[in-house]
Amino acid sequence: MSVTAYPTTPPILEPAADGSETQLLEISMGPQHPSTHGVFRMNVVLDGERVVKLKPVFGYLHRNHEKIAENETYLGSMPYTDRLDYICSITNNWAYALAVEKLAGIQVPERAEYLRVITGELTRLQNHASLIGFLLQDMGSSGTPLMYAFRERENILDLFEALTGSRMMCNYMRFGGCRVDTPAGWLEQAQKVVTEFPRFLDEYENLLVGNEILMERTQGIGVLSPELAIDSAISGPMARASGVNYDIRKVDNYSIYSRFSFRVPLGSHGDVYDRYMIRFLEMRESVKILNEAMRDIPAGPIVDPKMRIRGFRPKPGEAYGRIESPKGELGFYLISDGSTNPYRYRVRPPSLINLTVLEDLCLGVNVADVVAILGSIDIVLGEVDR
Amino acid sequence: MDEKLKAELSKQGIFTTSLQELYNWGRKSSIWPLNFGLACCAIEMIATTMARYDLARFGAEVFRPSPRQADLMIVAGTVTKKMAPQVVRLYNQMPEPKYVISMGACAISGGPFKQGYNVLKGIDRFIPVDVYIPGCPPRPEALIDAFLMLQKKIDEQQLTGKDRPRHLTAGEASEFIVPLFGAHDLEPTQNPAVWRPPLVQISKAGTDGSGND
Repeated sequence: MSVTAYPTTPPILEPAADGSETQLLEISMGPQHPSTHGVFRMNVVLDGERVVKLKPVFGYLHRNHEKIAENETYLGSMPYTDRLDYICSITNNWAYALAVEKLAGIQVPERAEYLRVITGELTRLQNHASLIGFLLQDMGSSGTPLMYAFRERENILDLFEALTGSRMMCNYMRFGGCRVDTPAGWLEQAQKVVTEFPRFLDEYENLLVGNEILMERTQGIGVLSPELAIDSAISGPMARASGVNYDIRKVDNYSIYSRFSFRVPLGSHGDVYDRYMIRFLEMRESVKILNEAMRDIPAGPIVDPKMRIRGFRPKPGEAYGRIESPKGELGFYLISDGSTNPYRYRVRPPSLINLTVLEDLCLGVNVADVVAILGSIDIVLGEVDR
Repeated sequence: MDEKLKAELSKQGIFTTSLQELYNWGRKSSIWPLNFGLACCAIEMIATTMARYDLARFGAEVFRPSPRQADLMIVAGTVTKKMAPQVVRLYNQMPEPKYVISMGACAISGGPFKQGYNVLKGIDRFIPVDVYIPGCPPRPEALIDAFLMLQKKIDEQQLTGKDRPRHLTAGEASEFIVPLFGAHDLEPTQNPAVWRPPLVQISKAGTDGSGND
């Protein structure tokens, strides 16, 4: 595929002060590139090392998720939501279940709400842990940080496997509750993992947070102003790193988040370093939520006993359910026409919308910093392209 | 040389081998995969290389970002119609001998997304695949198993005779057709040298005497 031409950019620059002529260079980063987090492509125009134009090219992983969902029953789309943001499948299930519950007016029992919070926050832990590993890998620390991150991730995946039977594609939520109750001893095992998690965070911070090279590579790079963040609907850790106090767990108080005491960490500069650090702080808050949730979890049913999935037909209407997924505001918009399938099914993917400011962040930086900025946005192509 | 004499010589401290054995042993023991992930399966592929599953035990930890330095392509994830030309092009850029592992339901057949309009129904329509791993996504153990299977396959390869690998035959094409976007679909929709649609016997009702009209 040929690189798209840019008719607006002159190929030859003005002669430099010493009289030497320079030329703009167009390169295509991706779709096969070790640092683009999947099959994402950027057409970058370079003046020497400096980025003067950047055009993202999407669609290499467009799997027609929304169209398939319109031809599936409501429950039939649940396994497909796992494959949207494949690193954190449980929060995708949760957002979709929440949208359907709003559409059909289903109540969720107490224990199921606690299980949702526990699995959702565990998902946030493993997403942020792998994100910082990938970010450091992209910046050239080959191996070690990612291995530390994946060591912790494997512990959490073990919990998911014991609970749901699958490491990654959990398919755990159902309308009005969860699919299975915890097996014997699961909560104790989860408590152990959560208790040990802050030790990993301390270790990781000792290893890398004060690192000179890391600070040089990340501080002051890719600054996102709070105004631009609000104007372009940036959500999640990326908006909070710019100082925008917006966390849907606090704003909407969905599920039972009002019962837990946790803070919303905010950044002040909005650069790559803030976006990197905010993940550490969020993981510490998630550990607090997890500890409280596992202390308070009641016994009881895990799914609404009045819920009948066979012949499930919500009344005609529309609903938008949203949660604070690890990457930002994940929403599902559904229109029902009274049949077994949704008439319209739309996903509001946080990583696609966070990615829209990529060019604004990258203009003027060196080409090596583009991968650091892209890594700090935290994209997953399954969700960007759907 | 017969096995008995070989065993006897090795007891005397004399190591004998054939060129074929040495060649296959060398290649199977240091497979360099292409650092190339497509979708969900890529995360499991990364997990396989990490400390718990440790693919390095089998000599395959050197993931190369450049196809020019890679021996093995792990097609890890959904191949869409937009991505298929790039996958074939990357495969063409790899030097011979080269191998392909088709990882996960999507790379084998389109998987759960097969009904959609934008997903290729199996990468084996365009490039030859050596090992298939079912699963959505396959566990890291499954990828390791596929690796061992591939190593066994390399070990058993004959360098001469009619069973020799394709790339050792002079005049055999080393480049595969790169599909392009046509009016409705990829053109061609498959590479007939690699994959043909399964033949279905169609007979007129009541003529073949089977009673299954």
